[in-house]
Amino acid sequence: MKLKSLILAAGLAAAGSFALADGHAGKVKVGMITTLSGGGAGLGIDVRDGFMLAAKMAGNDNLEVVIEDDQRKPEIAVQLADKMIQSEKVDVMTGIIWSNLAMAVVPAATAQGKFYLSPNAGPSALAGKGCHPLYFNVAWQNDNLHEAAGAYANDAGYKNTFILAPNYPAGQDALTGYKRMYGGELAGEIYTKLGQTDYAAEIAQIRASGADSVFFFLPGGMGISFLKQYAGSGVDLPVVGPAFSFDQGILQAVGEAALGVKNTSQWNKDIDNAANKAFVEAFQAEYGRLPSLYASQGYDTANLLLSAMAKADVSDADAFRAALAAAEFDSVRGDFAFGPNQHPVQDFYVREVIKEGDVFTNKIIGASLTDHGDAYAADCSY
Amino acid sequence: MSTILLIEQVLNGLQSGVMLFLMAAGLTLIFGVMGLINLAHGSLYMVGAFAAAAVAGATGSFVLALIASLVAAAAAGAVVELTVIRRLYDRDHLDQVLATFALILIFSEGTRWIFGSFPLFLDIPDALAGPVMLPGGIQYPLYRLVIIGVGLVVAIGLFQLIARTRIGIRIRAGESDREMIAALGVDISKLYTIVFALGAALAGLAGALVGAIQSVQVGMGEPVLILAFVVIVIGGIGSIKGALVGALLVGLTDTLGGVLLPGFFATFMEPSAATAVGSSLASMSIYILMAGVLLFRPTGLYGGR
Repeated sequence: MKLKSLILAAGLAAAGSFALADGHAGKVKVGMITTLSGGGAGLGIDVRDGFMLAAKMAGNDNLEVVIEDDQRKPEIAVQLADKMIQSEKVDVMTGIIWSNLAMAVVPAATAQGKFYLSPNAGPSALAGKGCHPLYFNVAWQNDNLHEAAGAYANDAGYKNTFILAPNYPAGQDALTGYKRMYGGELAGEIYTKLGQTDYAAEIAQIRASGADSVFFFLPGGMGISFLKQYAGSGVDLPVVGPAFSFDQGILQAVGEAALGVKNTSQWNKDIDNAANKAFVEAFQAEYGRLPSLYASQGYDTANLLLSAMAKADVSDADAFRAALAAAEFDSVRGDFAFGPNQHPVQDFYVREVIKEGDVFTNKIIGASLTDHGDAYAADCSY
Repeated sequence: MSTILLIEQVLNGLQSGVMLFLMAAGLTLIFGVMGLINLAHGSLYMVGAFAAAAVAGATGSFVLALIASLVAAAAAGAVVELTVIRRLYDRDHLDQVLATFALILIFSEGTRWIFGSFPLFLDIPDALAGPVMLPGGIQYPLYRLVIIGVGLVVAIGLFQLIARTRIGIRIRAGESDREMIAALGVDISKLYTIVFALGAALAGLAGALVGAIQSVQVGMGEPVLILAFVVIVIGGIGSIKGALVGALLVGLTDTLGGVLLPGFFATFMEPSAATAVGSSLASMSIYILMAGVLLFRPTGLYGGR
């Protein structure tokens, strides 16, 4: 342990001297690697827009942001990270949407003494044994929203749920998270192919299984396909899912099929606090669309960073880290604090999909988990 | 597993098979007649879906949307053939693959530029929404039955076109010997444009039909393209009949494999492990099928050459 912290200290010192050598003491250069093209670009665009909105509203000249597109490809994300660390000499990195990309970039970045603030991905490997003092997750640990869905299923009295998710690490985390909180029986458990677009076979199995409810985690286009086909199939069991499949970006594409579906989230546009109201109004004014979950996470990430910049200089890594860990900013989620592994401890809500005028959106109908951390915090020690 | 569930899954397999056929038919025609590997075929599928979503959004009519998908994909196909593909016939396959791969990128970013990064909405018409009761107490979505019907009608029409019309004769002649039919005075470049546009229109129709039950988004064509390549390899390159048989085989294998394999492993394994192993094997099943077919019929089921 001693050797590790010595190396870490040396790394931090090196990072600090770089910052001074560049003459940008007081300034913070942020490297944002996110998905701006290809499948799933909507998520990265929302994170970027939320982040840049907060930066613009703060008007802080000391914040400089470099943005690059990872195309959702791990190898490109790694190249971009190397470039940002070595030639751009950024102080803080952020932006990655997907857990597999985060796993490729974050450990290397933090080992080189860069702060990493995650606006979305929260793989379990980085929350437990693989946690790092320079790694902060501002969104959630991957399991969280699914745990909230499991807790909601108990509250709703579901006893026999059919669960499905794509066969990849975040999909496995999803079903694990749901099962961690859910107390009833499972009518069936299916791993689908990642990127699958036709769910007729799975829906037929749901129909035949005698389940009383369905839980699914199918992010992006997969969720759209599933919901449309589910609505057309005549199966009318209640559906529960994490917010990803019911978010502002994709709800319009799902249409009527999503109406009334319950989903769990740490944020919604109707959370009643001043920061959130200001965010929702400013986002609509700036971009002409309703903000999504991802936009709120990008916005919070920027505000967390700005709050730390106001208190400490990034070249003093210990002080800057303490300022980040204090999380003294007005989160759009209301109460927000970091747990011992620098992942959020926050409230989770149950939302219902409604139609406001011509626009499909969500409203909060109740709480699911309050002051909820994650299951991996105990494994983390710095 | 109950009989009803099995029949329902067979219908699902048929439905995914006939949609694959619409994609594979164009791909195999283009390869058979022009000897061209067209990776951008998936982009034409996407063009059809986006055109349908845009027209359905503007007019509210699903029929107009389908017509728009045919017209837009055929037009895009013809333009691409005239401007890019025409220059590739004499090049080797690597050049063709590179150029058509570039077309994928151009189509994807162009579509994003026009329609944005968020998925579009295209819904099935009210008249076709919801399930119907089939004999034997099987509840099945009406729209999927209609898709099976449309796919089979198109397949029959295509066979008639190839077998009984003058243009069909020319297409078959072009497949066998392109120098000879050029020498006989057939305008070969016009024939190529027509075949390419026809293949594109079929892909566009598939995109629009499937877009209504899936999501209309950038990049939706590439996963289907890979399956379509598997189909034409199994069926035999250049053979429409092979494309139909291959598409139905792939559709059924894919669907039934995903359902039956996890159940099969569950008979002697723990449920969660059986799900994981079964799902992984199911996603490989069509490639195993392809390898098996190639082992016994190296040119595919109906491949002549």
